[in-house]
Amino acid sequence: MMSSTALPDLPAGDGDGDMETLHLAATTTSDYASVASTFDPLISASPPSPPTPAAFPLSPASSSFVDPPSYADVAASSSPHSASASSSASPRSVRAAASEYTFIAVSDPAPEAEPAATSLVPGSSPTYITYLVTSARRGEHRRHAVRRRFRDFVTLADRLAEAFRGHFVPPRPDKNTVESQVMQRDEFVAQRRAALERYLWRLAEHPAIGPSDELRVFLQTEGKMPLPSSTDVASRMLDGAARLPRQLLGEETVATPQDVVQPAKGGRDLLRIFKELKQSVVSDWAGVKPPLVEEDKEFLEKKQKLQDWEQQLTSASQQAEALVKAQQDMGETMGALGLAFIKLTKFETEEALYDSQRIRAADSKHIATAAVKASRACRDLNTQTVKYLDTLHEHLGIMLSVHTAFFDRSSALLTVQTLMSDLASLQSRIEKLEAAASKIFGGDRARLRKVEELRETIRATEDAKCCALREYERIKENNRSELHRLDQERKDDMLEMLKGYVASQAAYAEKIVEGWETVEEETSGYARKTDSTAW
Amino acid sequence: MISTERSQSQSPRSPTAAGAPFLTISVTDPVKMGTGVQSYISYRVITKTNLPEFEGQEKIVIRRYSDFEWLHDRLAEKYKGIFIPPLPEKNAVEKFRFSKEFIEMRCQALDLFVNRIASHPELKQTEDFRIFLQADEEKMDRARSYETGIFKKPSDFLQMFKDVQSKVSDVVLGKEKPVEESTPEYEKLKNYIFELENHLAEAQKQAFRLVKRHRELGQSLADFGKAIKLLGACEGDSLEKVFSEVGSKSEMLSVKLQREADNLLFHFEEPLKDYVRSVQSIKATMVDRANAFRQHFDLDQERKYKELNLEKLKFMNPEKFSETEVEFRELKADSEEATKRFEHIVAVMEEELARFQEQKTADIGLAFHEFAKGQAKLAKDIADAWRSVLPKLEACSTS
Repeated sequence: MMSSTALPDLPAGDGDGDMETLHLAATTTSDYASVASTFDPLISASPPSPPTPAAFPLSPASSSFVDPPSYADVAASSSPHSASASSSASPRSVRAAASEYTFIAVSDPAPEAEPAATSLVPGSSPTYITYLVTSARRGEHRRHAVRRRFRDFVTLADRLAEAFRGHFVPPRPDKNTVESQVMQRDEFVAQRRAALERYLWRLAEHPAIGPSDELRVFLQTEGKMPLPSSTDVASRMLDGAARLPRQLLGEETVATPQDVVQPAKGGRDLLRIFKELKQSVVSDWAGVKPPLVEEDKEFLEKKQKLQDWEQQLTSASQQAEALVKAQQDMGETMGALGLAFIKLTKFETEEALYDSQRIRAADSKHIATAAVKASRACRDLNTQTVKYLDTLHEHLGIMLSVHTAFFDRSSALLTVQTLMSDLASLQSRIEKLEAAASKIFGGDRARLRKVEELRETIRATEDAKCCALREYERIKENNRSELHRLDQERKDDMLEMLKGYVASQAAYAEKIVEGWETVEEETSGYARKTDSTAW
Repeated sequence: MISTERSQSQSPRSPTAAGAPFLTISVTDPVKMGTGVQSYISYRVITKTNLPEFEGQEKIVIRRYSDFEWLHDRLAEKYKGIFIPPLPEKNAVEKFRFSKEFIEMRCQALDLFVNRIASHPELKQTEDFRIFLQADEEKMDRARSYETGIFKKPSDFLQMFKDVQSKVSDVVLGKEKPVEESTPEYEKLKNYIFELENHLAEAQKQAFRLVKRHRELGQSLADFGKAIKLLGACEGDSLEKVFSEVGSKSEMLSVKLQREADNLLFHFEEPLKDYVRSVQSIKATMVDRANAFRQHFDLDQERKYKELNLEKLKFMNPEKFSETEVEFRELKADSEEATKRFEHIVAVMEEELARFQEQKTADIGLAFHEFAKGQAKLAKDIADAWRSVLPKLEACSTS
């Protein structure tokens, strides 16, 4: 278990629920105890809390305003190193232990001013938040620390999407532009910090991305992140528009091999987009069998299965949210009931004129105590339930990356198909020209020259096609290996989730049985003496 | 059949010593009668007794809610000072009236009502009670409409309004009015009763919510269980089997939760509601007491005033004196009567209070017991269910 490698120079997690720096050594039990203890049903009213984690695009914020500990915080604190219900290592922690990095933390959100902004009124310059990202690579003792802003994470995500086509690249936290205006600043920042940390961990645990240069540079290299090749849409479109005339005039008909390796994107390659669009339409409509077809039956079967799985997962995660809410309400009402009886007890004790009142006050106190205890236990349970059932949400996030990976595959296929039909049409043009030229006695210089040009074009296109085909095969292989990995991880995670959920439910129930049985015993004198009709 | 207080009545199952007096009553078998707006629920009232005042060993009559109301109002009119056992709410709202739960709870409450009367030393001996238990339906109908007929005369209406007004102002604004009983003990009692009602109402409200929470949790557990089963079906192999078990347990627990919700409603929330009603009945008695006090006080003041005048008249106008003296004697008699009535109410209330406190401790003690018992059983069922499936989960391998 990771908890054995406690790093001495880190500050211990704050007991008051400050989750700024989560580290290996903190086990979840102490986190939950500290969090649970800050919530005393007798003291606090219920403050509103941040909604479910921003990383997962499903649940609307309105449905699950959970009392502290918030859903996001708890899910965040379930770092890969959290102890599972059974004392054996959980699949998450096993994966974390095998990952490229032994330590990653996102902390210390601090505002910085936009450098280009001039502020006429001091303090009004637009600011953004930067986070301190600390990490340590396996086998190295050296700890790296860099400052990154959210935009940098977006850049990282975009580069990884380009570099790892076909892989299930973990989705990054949402931009949440609406929520960032609506929520309290501190809450939003805290939520985002937790989500970013989890995101980095998932990247590190990915067998291909973990060891990647992109991640390493992000974690270790100070300074501004270099912008990816395609940033703002306007300049891309302009770029593309500038090239289009030349493409149309036939001077730049060929996509270079390195270009075909990327999907047609943005304004840079308008012509290619048009062509591929035409190709996909042709494939769909004319019933023309495209030269290359997705024939991999195994893949198609798996895809279908995953679609079914995703559907069930969505429904299960909705039910899980409803369950969490119902459990929370139960705990709250039980607590309110206990409180009402405490007040009654106090009142009767103060005003007691008759012995029977004092007895009743004592009985009332026993009930109140049991109810308050049950309420606390229920809230603790809910913390656990949230943590375990969060797996459902996580996997919904994973399904997003699966969709992206499948899309990578189909767009690569489309590129290949487009090039193949390009070749076909070039070939037929050559044939026509040759046929026409042969009719002229003495040869047709102009036409023959044209034929030579076209043959050049064919050669280049053939090259491009080979590259595209290679890329497509590569992506297919990525898909396959990722699917295999996902299958295993999914089974492991789901089983772990159920184990944790069931174990925590059982423990909670056992805890409160005693309390109620004691009161049952204490009040047994009032039980009916005769065995009347059982209700 | 609830037998919380049965000084003279015994349950049908315990052996009755020969000749020992008993009176057993039960209210059962609610049946919907009539159609549409005219419809109502009728109840069967079964009386078993060997007391001589009653006609025969066993009597079964059919009664409806307004008959119970008649009995309640008659007793309230005649026996001022006694805390008349409370009736369940009338609830005229159509759609709630005939729900199964509502009918059952009302039947239970009505049964409690008559049995409480049967255990009250004074009330159980009243003729009104006997009429209620024994009169045939026609006679009962007549008695009921006769009462309501008289009640609805215009002058009675006016009087009703006035009484309500004075009730409200006396009891609520009491402190403003000069004519108010204000001994420190009685003040304390009034405050106690009012505050008690607030505390109890809050507890009852939470208890009602708790019932709802049980139902909600039960529903979401059922849905969750189904979803888990479907997830397992996607996976296949060993996972499918174990997921299906978890789903089934979840569904089973959902049923238990619904049952506990019902249990809570009948055996915890309803007794609390009944407690609140009892306190409201005390408040009604306090209104009677305030009225009696006012009467006594007013007449007493009048008498004192007239007495002084009489003294004067004796010397100044001997002729008028004898006339006035007769009037005065009447007034004095009335005043003494009013004072006696007031003092009777005070004395009765003393007794009733002691009895009330004891009764309530027993009633609520039982409610607490049922609550704790239900929760303990539920928790045990939950623990057992999950413990039984956990080893299967742990034995399951994913490779």
